[in-house]
Amino acid sequence: MAGSEAAAPKVELRGVGLRYFGREGETEALQDISLSVAPGEFIAIIGQSGCGKSTLLSLISGILKPTEGQVLVDGQPVTGPTRKVGYMLQQDYLFEWRTILENAVIGAEIQGADMAKARERATQLLTRYGLGQFLHHLPRQLSGGMRQRVALARTLCTEPDVVLLDEPFSALDSQTRIALADEITEILRREGKTAILVTHDIGEAVSMTERVVVLSRRPGRVKSQHAIRYAANGGRPAPFAARNAPEFNGYFNTLWKELEVHVEG
Amino acid sequence: MSKADTAGGPQPARPPSPQYLDWLRRERRDRTMVRVSQLGLLVVFLVLWEALPRLGLINPLFTSTPSTIWPTFLELLKTTPQQASILVHTWATVFATVVGFTAAMVLGIAIAAALWWWANLYRVLDPYLVVLNAMPKTAFVPIFYIWLGATFSIYGMSLAISLFITVLMIYSGFQGIDPNKIKLAQTFGASKWQVLTKVVLPGSVPTLIAALKVNAGLSLVGVIVGEFQSATLGLGYLIQYGSQIFKMNIVMTSITILAIVSSLMYLAIYWLEIVVMRRR
Repeated sequence: MAGSEAAAPKVELRGVGLRYFGREGETEALQDISLSVAPGEFIAIIGQSGCGKSTLLSLISGILKPTEGQVLVDGQPVTGPTRKVGYMLQQDYLFEWRTILENAVIGAEIQGADMAKARERATQLLTRYGLGQFLHHLPRQLSGGMRQRVALARTLCTEPDVVLLDEPFSALDSQTRIALADEITEILRREGKTAILVTHDIGEAVSMTERVVVLSRRPGRVKSQHAIRYAANGGRPAPFAARNAPEFNGYFNTLWKELEVHVEG
Repeated sequence: MSKADTAGGPQPARPPSPQYLDWLRRERRDRTMVRVSQLGLLVVFLVLWEALPRLGLINPLFTSTPSTIWPTFLELLKTTPQQASILVHTWATVFATVVGFTAAMVLGIAIAAALWWWANLYRVLDPYLVVLNAMPKTAFVPIFYIWLGATFSIYGMSLAISLFITVLMIYSGFQGIDPNKIKLAQTFGASKWQVLTKVVLPGSVPTLIAALKVNAGLSLVGVIVGEFQSATLGLGYLIQYGSQIFKMNIVMTSITILAIVSSLMYLAIYWLEIVVMRRR
């Protein structure tokens, strides 16, 4: 266990379970999940596909309600989506009928925030991410990596404290995903966000985050947790550098065994 | 990031290769071919229509001829049955059609939105919508005349013919919106109304245009059929009248105007589509 329980947790799950109901019966997706994330901490949740990783994020964001247990953000029970939590989905899902800037401010627009301020902040973010000259372009004119940076700006434009990342790089080619992992990690750390990354990519989890939570197969339970520490750069090297750090392979192999990856064949 | 890279600086100027010039030439030739063929078909049709009656191969009483259409048109400009110029008849038909498809569009979007909003409403109404759409609405022409009177039975028929297919098309467009786009709006706490107005409706614009294409044509059908029964005005009335007194010139002239009206409607929607889709 990481020593993150010292401060009041930013996000806390207490005995959370979720079952889906269908005509064929009920499916237990998550079972008795207890987890806490400290302010400013960046953790990863890994597990095989279908273990309920993404469901867990939907619970924290308030889109889904748990059938058992409680989800707390800042000590308050989550009853629906709040401005404190931003959610970055697997793909960018930019609206093709809106320009880049209009896409980036959609959260503020939905939340009824001050649009002038939102536009200013979105412009700032997009410019910082190297998209300053594309503000009035349409999404189809951008490459996959650029689109995902717009999605990040859209998530951060509403200034959430907690950022949920649901395999945000899965739709990208391998070079772009490694480059973008560096950028996004740097941005999240600099802004002091609490972040939860869901992925099935062990390398991504080990290189980007400070703690990795392993979920078991369905129904998903917390199987184990691993603190990730590097000697280099005050314990926080950039993900690309972390991949070359001496500790990386040890963590990678441990998690590989934990995941019990079996290739059927 | 290839797209942005190629969109960047201008390519160094190079003379086009002979192969490229050759390709351009072939492209241009193909395009001309298509246009010439399209025009050729029309010419062949008109020539046959003119020549066959003149050669005595078909009875001109049944078909009229293209050369008589223009004189007939000029004649009908001055006086027609019901003493109105043919332009007034045309306007009556066009106006009723516009009323018909506008009503079908507005009602269609509203009903489709209601079905989207209440999934159970859709489950209840689904079989009825499918059956109503498959029903031959023209069977109702006489009943509409009794229920709605001369003018409104025409609007009613126009709406009845185009409404159900419009609802079904728009609803299936709403269903086709990527659920993840809706999820994205929900992560920001979007209400159902916001999901409808910010995701579902703007995301369905291509479907709305496709529906408009279909229901504009159907509305015109409804108007003409309605006019057969009840009108004292309109191209449908002129066609009915002309055939009753066996004046094929009047019938064919009216039909030619209908063909022109249809083409103009098609062009108008085509331009609307270009303007709207430029934003995508």
